[in-house]
Amino acid sequence: MNRLSAENVTLAYDQRVIAEQLSVEIPDNSFTVIVGPNACGKSTLLRALSRMLKPNEGRVLLDGQVIQSMPAKKVARTLGLLPQSSIAPDGITVGDLVGRGRYPHQGLLRQWSAEDERVVQESMARTGVAELAERYVDELSGGQRQRVWIAMALAQQTPLLLLDEPTTYLDIQHQIDVLDLCADLHEEHGRTLVAVLHDLNHAARYATHLIALRGGSVIAQGAPKDIVTAGLVEEVFGLRCQVIDDPETGTPLVVPAARTARARGRAEKTGAARAS
Amino acid sequence: MKTNRAVRTPGGLSFRLDVRAFTVVVLLLAVALAASVVLIGTGDFPMSAADVLRTLVGEGDAGQELIVNELRLPRVLVGLLVGASLGLGGALFQSVSRNPLGSPDVLGLTQGATAGALTVIVLFSGTANQVALGALVGGLVTGFAIYVLAWKRGVHGYRLVLVGIGVAAIVTAVNGYLLTKSDIVDAARAVVWMTGSLSGRDWDQVWPLLALCAVLVPLVLAHSGALRMMEMGDDVSYALGVRVERVRLLLMLSAVLLTASATAAAGPVSFVALTAPQLARRLTRAPGPNLVAAMCMGAALLVGADWVSQRAFGADQLPVGVVTGVLGGVYLLWLLVTERRAGRI
Amino acid sequence: MLVESPPEQRAASAPAPPNRRAIRVLGLLVSVVVLVLVALASIAVGAKELSLEQVWHGLFGASGTYGDVVVADRLSRTVLGLLAGAALGLAGAVLQALTRNPLADPGLLGINAGASAAVVTAITFFGVTSLSGYVWFAFLGASAVGALVWFLGGSRGATPVRLVLAGTAISAALYGYLQAIMILDDAALGRMRFWTVGSLASGSDEAIKQVVPFLLAGSLLALALARPLNAMAMGDDTAKALGANLNRTRALSMLAATVLCGAATAACGPIMFVGLMVPHLVRSFTGPDLRWILPYAAVLSPVLLLGADVIGRIVARPAEVQVGIVTAILGGPVFIFLVRRRRTAQL
Repeated sequence: MNRLSAENVTLAYDQRVIAEQLSVEIPDNSFTVIVGPNACGKSTLLRALSRMLKPNEGRVLLDGQVIQSMPAKKVARTLGLLPQSSIAPDGITVGDLVGRGRYPHQGLLRQWSAEDERVVQESMARTGVAELAERYVDELSGGQRQRVWIAMALAQQTPLLLLDEPTTYLDIQHQIDVLDLCADLHEEHGRTLVAVLHDLNHAARYATHLIALRGGSVIAQGAPKDIVTAGLVEEVFGLRCQVIDDPETGTPLVVPAARTARARGRAEKTGAARAS
Repeated sequence: MKTNRAVRTPGGLSFRLDVRAFTVVVLLLAVALAASVVLIGTGDFPMSAADVLRTLVGEGDAGQELIVNELRLPRVLVGLLVGASLGLGGALFQSVSRNPLGSPDVLGLTQGATAGALTVIVLFSGTANQVALGALVGGLVTGFAIYVLAWKRGVHGYRLVLVGIGVAAIVTAVNGYLLTKSDIVDAARAVVWMTGSLSGRDWDQVWPLLALCAVLVPLVLAHSGALRMMEMGDDVSYALGVRVERVRLLLMLSAVLLTASATAAAGPVSFVALTAPQLARRLTRAPGPNLVAAMCMGAALLVGADWVSQRAFGADQLPVGVVTGVLGGVYLLWLLVTERRAGRI
Repeated sequence: MLVESPPEQRAASAPAPPNRRAIRVLGLLVSVVVLVLVALASIAVGAKELSLEQVWHGLFGASGTYGDVVVADRLSRTVLGLLAGAALGLAGAVLQALTRNPLADPGLLGINAGASAAVVTAITFFGVTSLSGYVWFAFLGASAVGALVWFLGGSRGATPVRLVLAGTAISAALYGYLQAIMILDDAALGRMRFWTVGSLASGSDEAIKQVVPFLLAGSLLALALARPLNAMAMGDDTAKALGANLNRTRALSMLAATVLCGAATAACGPIMFVGLMVPHLVRSFTGPDLRWILPYAAVLSPVLLLGADVIGRIVARPAEVQVGIVTAILGGPVFIFLVRRRRTAQL
């Protein structure tokens, strides 16, 4: 029995149904990545898993309990979320913002323990923002800011961490930074990570478990090596491509098919891609 | 720059103290109390601060006792309580709407309370207490209407502000209609009430306000941690374990009650709710709702403005609301200019 | 906070096919007919009911009967309603296009409050009592506040919400000032409590003559701005690429809006929401093309204003409810509906 799962959930905003009868298991200690074309429901699924969105039918289970029925702070000590949209309050410093991640561990009489202090320092060191602690969040670059938000989610100290498109709006080296950081968190501490990613190649490289969605249903799930094929990519994204081995990691690498006029030796290549 | 101090006890209790914010609160309290003492001493029968203090602890002569305890003390207490309620209510609204202009003046709450009071004045020529009751009912009904109309899978900051602007316009039209319906005596009384005034306030206004503050202030402060989290957006605060909609409903209800009862007691004193939180925030230089500082600032501002109006125009010539309006208006323009320079709002 | 345009609007931004054009022309003609009917109602309905025959007689064969006198009196009021309504509608449409903000309205942007504050000042401090005197003060107030809102709202970087907030804040401050004056000056209270709610009852031949040149000039300027404003609707960069002169268009638009609002407010007092509502209603069937929105708004706004005036005369007979009150009570719910209809993410 995995800690986090969705059972036959129907997800909708008002009357607009995004997914029906969707079931997903998040394997414990995995780095699960959800991929799919725009509007396939991947962010919606993540919102449901993190109890931001209440399913119209079905249920989301955390440690065997329906997530909506659990006390909010208890969930927040088990499951963290890095949402796409977050607002840094005016004039807040990095250290203060990261410190706010300790909220679920605090109370009226326990406002700022030594443990809080230690965890915040550690989270900032881990994400490489420790030297920014006294800076204002408004002054930071996009990449730094994203790392600060991740540090805040880390300070929450949850065994499960959900990230909604953590690499959006970042340039390429910051994207890789963030993903490397996620991979470290997963490998060194055995945390369970669930991320929604746009880039299929990033997903294939970093995920231990991949969930491919289209139109609100799971098309395939499993280790990237087992499921990423040209056929799957065409089915999910409607994109013709070849899948080769990533020269760095040996994971699948998706190379989109070129327009016919520019393809090298197109006849045999497309033939090969189709055959695979 | 780092002004936070953590205070920990061996028993595992820990508290956080922002030194600068704490200093500001202490200073504001001192200002409010000092202004109160001076204000009690001001009037047709002037008293020195020492006399006032002596009378307050029960050492004055009979004449001083009468003037202080029966006439001026209740008025000043109403001023302090109204200012504190408006400051706290304004800070709550601004924090919930995530907008520095999201004050009860802009959202139509004070206009709603005004409509209630005008109804009583113009249609029933009611007594002062009935007018206060009318204002309370008007404010609560308007607050409820704004919340319901802004509700759409949750209450969103800008939608709250914009719906409030719409409601304010409708209620303002109703108020204008009531004014045109009235005879000139009622109209003059209505206009004085609409400006906000402390004149003639006595212990009857003090007790209900004090009781309400005694309940609501601790309740609100207990939720200030959650409110701090909510500044980072609904998603983040939800992820941190805040029951966003429940906290928001509770805090908005408290803010409406505070504002409506303050308005019932002293009339719609303009701009205190808008400016006190902003001034407090700039003094403490701390992020977050700054609830306690806003409360103290509101009290200091109102009592200070009352003193200015009495000194500048003579006793009870110009209601305190005119002075807070002028102070607030000038401050507001300055705020907009600086926000613009900082590229905010 | 941009509104997502419904499909029919997006389609309408392409050149209109001939039959759609014909429908729009027809719609405009129908609107004009409705306007004539409302105007006739505005002359016929009131404390004394007049038959259509009497109205006709008063309009085209006046011989000094009691009915004729009533007609002449109501005629001034109706003409004022026509002109002021058209002015407010045009100003609203121009401001909405200029700020790319569906919530812009001369009332919300504080221009009305500026005019009111200036007129109160004129009454109290300068002893001005004639409408011809008001006009200049109203202009001064309207343009000062218009410029201030534009500046505080961020001028070139203006975002819809900032403009609305700046306008609201300034309005609030100015209304505080109004109150202070009304407390200190009973005579001002006597005049102002009627003036500030907005009314067409003050219409007289002299008043109309005074504001007509401004209203006509402003209207022509507004109509002439349709094409450059259309270009601006697509964003500053696109507009520049299309060769539009952004700064000139913006300045002229503010000028047109200020002239129109200032004159209308001087004549009738501050009237909320006509400028907000009508362009919205119009846009729902003309699409975003200002070459259609502006004429429609110019015709339909007086329909609303005169209609509200007639309603105000009927509901509380023999007394009247001022037209400004009726329009706010009708317009407020529409505004809230528009705010609610928008999706959260876009607000």
